[in-house]
Amino acid sequence: MEKQTKIKVRNLDLFYGANHALKNVNMDIKEKSVTAFIGPSGCGKSTFLKTLNRMNDLVDSVKIDGLVELDNENIYGEDVDTTLLRKKIGMVFQQPNPFPMSIYDNIAYGPRVHGIKDKNKLDRIVEESLRGAAIFDEVKDRLKKSALGLSGGQQQRICIARALAVQPDVLLMDEPTSALDPISTAKIEELMDELKKKYTVVVVTHNMQQAVRVSDETAFFLVGEMVEFNRTKDLFAYPKDKRTEDYITGRFG
Amino acid sequence: MDSQATVVMPQEKVKSSIAKKKQRKKDILAYIAVYLSATLAVALLVGIISYVLFKGARVVNISFLTHVTSFLDGTVGIAGNIVNTLYLIVMTMVIATPIGVGAAVYLNEYAKPGKLVSIIEFAIETLAGIPSIIFGLFGMVFFGATFGLGYSLWTGALTMVLMVLPLVTKNTKEALKTVPDSYRVGAIGLGTGKWHMIRTILLPSAMPGIITGVILAIGRIVGESAALLFTAGSAKILPASFNDLLEKTMQSGGTLTIQLYLSMSKGEYDIAFGIAVVLLVIVLEINILTKVLANKFDLNKKAK
Amino acid sequence: MRTKFQEQLDILNKDLMNMGALIEKSIEDAVDALMKKDIDKAKKVMDGDTVIDNEEKKIHNICFNILMQQQPVAKDLRLVSAAMKMVTDMERIGDHASDISEITIFLAKKPLDGRAKHIDRMATETVKMLIESIEAFIDKDIEKARSVIKNDDIIDSLFLKTKQDVIDMISDNRNSGEVATDILMIAKYFERIGDHATNIAEWVIYAYSDTAEEI
Repeated sequence: MEKQTKIKVRNLDLFYGANHALKNVNMDIKEKSVTAFIGPSGCGKSTFLKTLNRMNDLVDSVKIDGLVELDNENIYGEDVDTTLLRKKIGMVFQQPNPFPMSIYDNIAYGPRVHGIKDKNKLDRIVEESLRGAAIFDEVKDRLKKSALGLSGGQQQRICIARALAVQPDVLLMDEPTSALDPISTAKIEELMDELKKKYTVVVVTHNMQQAVRVSDETAFFLVGEMVEFNRTKDLFAYPKDKRTEDYITGRFG
Repeated sequence: MDSQATVVMPQEKVKSSIAKKKQRKKDILAYIAVYLSATLAVALLVGIISYVLFKGARVVNISFLTHVTSFLDGTVGIAGNIVNTLYLIVMTMVIATPIGVGAAVYLNEYAKPGKLVSIIEFAIETLAGIPSIIFGLFGMVFFGATFGLGYSLWTGALTMVLMVLPLVTKNTKEALKTVPDSYRVGAIGLGTGKWHMIRTILLPSAMPGIITGVILAIGRIVGESAALLFTAGSAKILPASFNDLLEKTMQSGGTLTIQLYLSMSKGEYDIAFGIAVVLLVIVLEINILTKVLANKFDLNKKAK
Repeated sequence: MRTKFQEQLDILNKDLMNMGALIEKSIEDAVDALMKKDIDKAKKVMDGDTVIDNEEKKIHNICFNILMQQQPVAKDLRLVSAAMKMVTDMERIGDHASDISEITIFLAKKPLDGRAKHIDRMATETVKMLIESIEAFIDKDIEKARSVIKNDDIIDSLFLKTKQDVIDMISDNRNSGEVATDILMIAKYFERIGDHATNIAEWVIYAYSDTAEEI
């Protein structure tokens, strides 16, 4: 069965001042799948990821042209509430960044922002989110302890749980394992496999093997251009573009 | 046999010892100099404290702390000055803390870097460097005369607000700067509004810095004399009754430091040293309190 | 640039060519020995099989190291995985050359009945096919590889004809049974070599074509 398009991007251009950082990007991201963005540093993959939940709004001098639709709704529309947009499209960052508060409060932070106050309901959300991020068993006895006392890999899963707690549709992950050791990385990768059953996952990665392992579709970016976008197994076995082939086979530059 | 004679033995490498630490003369000299400086600093501190304690300790007793100097009653004491000092601390900080923290939040989180911010920051730096007697002059004329507050704790407190504002703002701002950006984007990424993010994450994270600023400000208030002499005045009576508590803010009131100055100028060295002991103890306590509170609110340390 | 990786791939290519040359020589010698009833040459072919086996192990190790150290993708991955399969086919061809030579030594002592007329052609066609498949690999020539695959039909039909020759031999002379079975076995070996040559050609297409293709 063909999966539905969750995020539709058409003719997207992005400028940092005079710098043309994304050039006419077109893409359909399918729901309940993992889509990976690869490419050398500075190719625009992270920038593109951030346009999907308007994190670029935080940067001055960014100008965006084109269309980004979530479930056929333009996310750059005039009356879009970014708070609600980011509730639907959660984000996990490169450096694990749990807030300096207890594990429980970290997970409950998002739900509280969105107005949930009932203790029982929060308890349930916290447990479900921690289970969803495959870390509940590791932290269930220390929910009231600071999240900063956990290992890097655990912190990153706390961050994933924190993102899940607001019940998003889409999870954007910006190099989520680049600061982690191989064992933690493996856990997060396995988790992505689980997550895609319920969420649409988009992951930026520097590790091509990781893209091969976790993603269903892969997009290759080079100097602001989306060079190739295809099923991961096709892109890595039969790249269509010479630049893609040179990059993935390590003959780049 | 000849061929054997031509074999060259590999030259034995000259062994050089690495145990020559004691030959580094410059290092040793620097080491001694640094040690001497440190010893001198500690010795000075210990010397001053011991001297003041030696001279003043016998003056300090319960009566000294709980009575007001009065010729009619024949009592000598600094209770009034202690109360005045407390008044001034509370009144100043209640006004200065929100303004100082607010200014820091604005400068660090809202204002776009540019000319205006640079000017404001420059102004704050300069404010911190102005001699306190100028604040006294300004306070006396502006708050005392123009506002008609006269010699009163309010005039003193408002003057002190101007003086300690840079301390609170600067410390808060430095603390906000050290809050990792990842907290900000993390919260925004969850759909938090900016003010909510500041309230729930930035300010708690910056709390040690804010507390440090506040306590340094209190230290400044306790130690100030020049700016207060002509604003808050030098009265030393206690509030007459519970109902007078509020009224007292409109009356003149000298702090411990003011009284110390007055006692010195009158040649009452015993009393002066007594007050000095009390002030030393207070300063010591403030320093300890700063460390304890800053540690207690340090969210990063809580993790361990 | 991945200099070490490129070096490893170059070594792999060179060793594969070397392996191709070895089996080419081996099968040519085996055919020559068969035609001329040259027992010495046949023995040499049999001894040479060890060299081929060793070369196979060497190439396998090279591939293994590339996979472990470089995690190749795209054309590199296709080349390495094709190489691992191809080298197995090549090694089997070497085995069959040795098998044919073994029978050659036996047959050399017997009078060969001239009626197995198709076996000669079968030998030449098979050698030609094998050479072409190896050339296709060396030249990265997909078209040549495709023609090799088509040529397999010729070998198959020649096998059927040889089989008929053998049946005729036995019905003509019941005592020729032993020789006839040996000839049939040789024919079967050639037919198998044809299959392996076809496989090699298929792996060439797999390794060098730019799109996923049914093979």
